[in-house]
Amino acid sequence: MATEAPPPQGGTDTSPAQPTTESFVEVQESAEFGELRRTYRSFAFPLTIAFITWYLLYVLLSNYAGGFMGTKLFGNINVALVLGLGQFLTTFLIAWFYSRHAADKLDPKAEAIKSGMEARMESGTESGSPAESRMEAGA
Amino acid sequence: MSPTILFAAGSGASEHRPLIITLFACFVVATLFITVWAGRQTKSAADFYAGGRQFTGFQNGLAISGDYMSAASFLGIAGAIALFGYDGFLYSIGFLVAWLVALLLVAEPLRNSGRFTMGDVLAYRMRQRPVRTAAGTSTIVVSIFYLLAQMAGAGVLVSLLLGITSDGGKIAIVALVGLLMIVYVTIGGMKGTTWVQMVKAVLLIAGTLLITFLVLLKFNFNVSDLLGKAAENSGKGAAFLEPGLKYGLTPTSKLDFISLGVALVLGTAGLPHILIRFYTVPTAKAARKSVNWAIGIIGAFYLMTIALGFGAAAIVGPAEITASNKAGNTAAPLLALHIGGVDSAGGAILLAVISAVAFATILAVVAGLTLASSSSFAHDIYANVIRKGQATEKEEVRAARWATVFIGIVSIALGAMARDLNVAGLVALAFAVAASANLPTILYSLFWKRFTTQGALWSIYGGLIASVTLVLFSPVVSSKPSSMFPDADFAWFPLENPGLISIPLGFLLGWLGSLLSKEEPDKGKYAELEVKSLTGVGAH
Repeated sequence: MATEAPPPQGGTDTSPAQPTTESFVEVQESAEFGELRRTYRSFAFPLTIAFITWYLLYVLLSNYAGGFMGTKLFGNINVALVLGLGQFLTTFLIAWFYSRHAADKLDPKAEAIKSGMEARMESGTESGSPAESRMEAGA
Repeated sequence: MSPTILFAAGSGASEHRPLIITLFACFVVATLFITVWAGRQTKSAADFYAGGRQFTGFQNGLAISGDYMSAASFLGIAGAIALFGYDGFLYSIGFLVAWLVALLLVAEPLRNSGRFTMGDVLAYRMRQRPVRTAAGTSTIVVSIFYLLAQMAGAGVLVSLLLGITSDGGKIAIVALVGLLMIVYVTIGGMKGTTWVQMVKAVLLIAGTLLITFLVLLKFNFNVSDLLGKAAENSGKGAAFLEPGLKYGLTPTSKLDFISLGVALVLGTAGLPHILIRFYTVPTAKAARKSVNWAIGIIGAFYLMTIALGFGAAAIVGPAEITASNKAGNTAAPLLALHIGGVDSAGGAILLAVISAVAFATILAVVAGLTLASSSSFAHDIYANVIRKGQATEKEEVRAARWATVFIGIVSIALGAMARDLNVAGLVALAFAVAASANLPTILYSLFWKRFTTQGALWSIYGGLIASVTLVLFSPVVSSKPSSMFPDADFAWFPLENPGLISIPLGFLLGWLGSLLSKEEPDKGKYAELEVKSLTGVGAH
């Protein structure tokens, strides 16, 4: 741990520039954002329902299917233990699967929308500043 | 029961008491050093609350693991498996699967749209003052439930290790734990707390690996033999390896099992002390990475609880475990003692190491919990409600430090109670409260455009009041020999875990409150929250 470089000095958390509410609404209604939302939700929501169902199935089997769960597969290893370990395995797999989907499909879309909004914000201030300097020059 | 065995455990510990105290002192000195170092870099509110948002995904993943693998995991699960066999294993599974809810639905949107607390996201679209008050209240209640469990764990360890049985002595140790945590949090803030949690995670994994290795070595790495021996020693035979020993007895206890299962899987993503950890990394991508690391580390740890729990049943035996602590909380330290050899230096050294690890575990988690509740008090209630957003950063951080001192004192007072409750069971209650009061509002806020202030308030307060009331009138508090007040009986609610009722109620109230709301949802604010949460525009 001592070899770990200390995290850089934390500066103040100055509020980052915020787009206006109007531009948020505009982006929210855009086709590009709709696509991002759909790509995220159509992946995350069904997957959430799937793993919760699979987990609840496991809980219910433990409760009401004792005989089945107690079936010995080899040695003292029974179905209950194998299904329990199966929950571990599916958790690891789903985490990996989601992260791959996010990196491939979500991050590029999110990044494009974000940089688009930031560019519009900057061009907004840029178009404002020459006007200001003109005014100063005139005064 | 067997006084000789108790004596053996007691004397083994007391002969080597200097060693135990030395190991523990080393951890305390090292962590205090880190705290002071971190404290010197803690200047702004973002440093205090979010560690300057400079941690990497891996560092935060390690810290999340350190924050999450509490005394409940280490002492409680090992004890539950050792006494009830397979039924104890559900905790490990639920605690792990729950991370998928956090990964898929909560971590990244929260990181993108919040600043310091859970309340930042809950109140984003809503009228600030009422929702912040509600979020702050539920943060503090959940954290105090969780603190209670950690303090119960600390009390148990102390009795085992130092042979202190007098109430005065136990309270003194609990007070020491409370004092240390006040120091960690007030001086080190989030940065200090994070480093303490990282150190603790490494120690806990190393200690657990060591014991797991030794247990497996004893059985020549044949897991089937280990399980067979555990079943034989448990006196329950093959039933010990099957579900149902604790929860399969009656239809009511079966419902309790479902209730526990639901609370475990939905609780994690509503735990404030876990949620604020996502603010310590710079981006949503880093938040995702940190959850992935946490899932790997925590998953590996919970796999090893199989060896700890069944190992304790096989090698120590349930009679000795219950004699030492009714709820089984001492199974892991006793396993360390036995595997090293009772009445031998090896056993005492292992016991000392494992106990020091357990102490470190408790301290780190307690610090995280205190930070979460004092942050929420200062940022949500003090700065945004009492001072209506007019407080300076300096005043806000000062309020957080004072809140830390206050919460520290409260948890010291609570720590004296609840010694004989299973630590994992207590933590499961905190999960139930978090899943009932926090999770519905988090999910509705992020994903449902018609959600309103009234919906948020109904859901938070409804879930909170329902879950806490049901616990109060459950067998956890009264009516059973294992209850907090065994001599009283006001338990009209039959389940030990309220989740099965209170979690759906929290979701239902959020939905109903929004539908019946006179006020229209704020469309502009929802656009801000949704776009921010998915893209990270304008994120802190």
